[in-house]
Amino acid sequence: MPDATGLELIAGEIRDSAPDAVLATKHDRGRAEIEITPESVRPVIGMLKERGYTFLASLHGLDYWPDEPRLGVIYELLDMKTVDRISIKTRVTVENPTVATVVDLWSGADHPEREVFDMFGVVFEGHPDLRRILMPEDYEGHPQRRDFPIGGEEVIFTYNEKTMPGWTE
Amino acid sequence: MASEVSDYRKQEESITLERLDHDPATGISSDLLTLNIGPHHPATHGVLRLIVTLEGEIVRDIKPVIGYVHTGIEKTAEQKAYWKVIPVIERMDYLSYYFNAMAYCGSVETLTGVEVPKRAQYLRVIHMELNRIMSHMVWLGTSALDLGAMSMFWYCFRERETILDLFEMSSGQRMHTRYFQVGGVMEDIPLGFEKKLRQFLKTMPSRADKFADLLENNEIVLQRLRGTCPLSEERLLDLGVTGPLLRAAGNPWDLRKTAPYSSYEDFDFKIPVGTVGDNYDRYRVRHAELYESVKIIEQALDGLPEGPYITEDRKYALPPRHELATSMEALIHHFKLVTEGFRVAEGEAYYPIESPRGELGCFIRSDGSSKPARVHMRDPSFVNLQATAEMCTDTYIADLIATLAMLDPVLGGIDR
Repeated sequence: MPDATGLELIAGEIRDSAPDAVLATKHDRGRAEIEITPESVRPVIGMLKERGYTFLASLHGLDYWPDEPRLGVIYELLDMKTVDRISIKTRVTVENPTVATVVDLWSGADHPEREVFDMFGVVFEGHPDLRRILMPEDYEGHPQRRDFPIGGEEVIFTYNEKTMPGWTE
Repeated sequence: MASEVSDYRKQEESITLERLDHDPATGISSDLLTLNIGPHHPATHGVLRLIVTLEGEIVRDIKPVIGYVHTGIEKTAEQKAYWKVIPVIERMDYLSYYFNAMAYCGSVETLTGVEVPKRAQYLRVIHMELNRIMSHMVWLGTSALDLGAMSMFWYCFRERETILDLFEMSSGQRMHTRYFQVGGVMEDIPLGFEKKLRQFLKTMPSRADKFADLLENNEIVLQRLRGTCPLSEERLLDLGVTGPLLRAAGNPWDLRKTAPYSSYEDFDFKIPVGTVGDNYDRYRVRHAELYESVKIIEQALDGLPEGPYITEDRKYALPPRHELATSMEALIHHFKLVTEGFRVAEGEAYYPIESPRGELGCFIRSDGSSKPARVHMRDPSFVNLQATAEMCTDTYIADLIATLAMLDPVLGGIDR
């Protein structure tokens, strides 16, 4: 991880190229994180990739319910030369959950982005094949959201198989 | 009646076996066949479904379909206290359960700041490297089976059994042992463990030699592995591929060396790398890792420090059983831990380790309560699977099976 000063320097570089992009920086328990606006995902991550963070280690979503904006997408970037990790976070609302895709920067972002779409409903604009990946294609809802109930689905047994829609016919 | 039969005969006789849309210029039929492989097929190593577009015997396109063993473990983890998450997390990638537990515990330890005693770190290394050998044994046995070498399966599973017996000795379970705890390990290794482990370490390298003798002088295995489905280092990095697959292409990236965790910096071992990145290199890299893992375990066993095997911090680790009868404090700690669990201050952590398949990272967001608000596993199989299409396009379908075996995907980890 870059240290606290290094993180501020990187944030400063981002501010130079895109003045309103950086929302916050956080250096906590060995983790360096920059929060950016959803619109600036492509330019900022493209810039960091040029800067040496050439490997997308992980891309995952999370839900900050009940805080707003609720949905978060985190890009764990890795510089393999200096073994340096930095996390880029962006947060979007449930009403307008769109973030630009990074599949053209890393082909490996394909499956992770589909997973975030599947589990949280974040739409990655420009993704070539944005479908559900883990849940069935006719599934409704995004199960990893915090307000999605666990055990909300009825389980089929012999006593209720007649009342389960789509099961017996 | 008679005319109907003769009509049928006429129709039958009119059928020729020639291709319908035969291209006279090239002599190749442009027919594309879409073939469904799996989800229930032994060569897919689990419940992976591949929709393969074939032109004759040549693969033109692959679409992997996953999700058949999606069990929602990440969602389940949000409903459990931190230390009760470990058993469900272990069941993700069911061949590398110690690694799942390590990534998770490491992430929680980063968030809480719990110090892991040196002895616990060494015990973790011993079990993780045993697990790596065990995982590679399953891979080698089943991969050889895919290539037609049937006897390998039994030889490999014999070694695997020995390792599972060792796991049973140290934790009481053969799989999904729940041996790693936040702050250390569950119990110290029992009497007799070291002797049995040393015996295993003595035989393992010679067994690995024998596996190589069996496979590497086999014309069929060599023809199916050598030069098939290579992928360059740049493409692999672009696809996010890590682990033995990346090392086979010549990049010595291994988190045990580059960003040591759990005292890996104390041990002297080498990172095997390949040169071309074909299936043969993938096989050789994993095979060479067996020797390196044995070396690490030997050093860890020789240098096993004295001291506690779990943190003394009673806020995170259960007090020893005998203290409960005499100490009120211990009783309170025990009660608090078992009922509510410990609370973790708000924060986020991503803890990557080197699993047998690549970078296994555990992301945790804590919201200040005793249950994690988000647990996410960056599973290497899930990311590595994306490389299948690129590796296997424009090769024979037989090479697809060999590549899938060398990719070593574990569907429990992919679907989580």
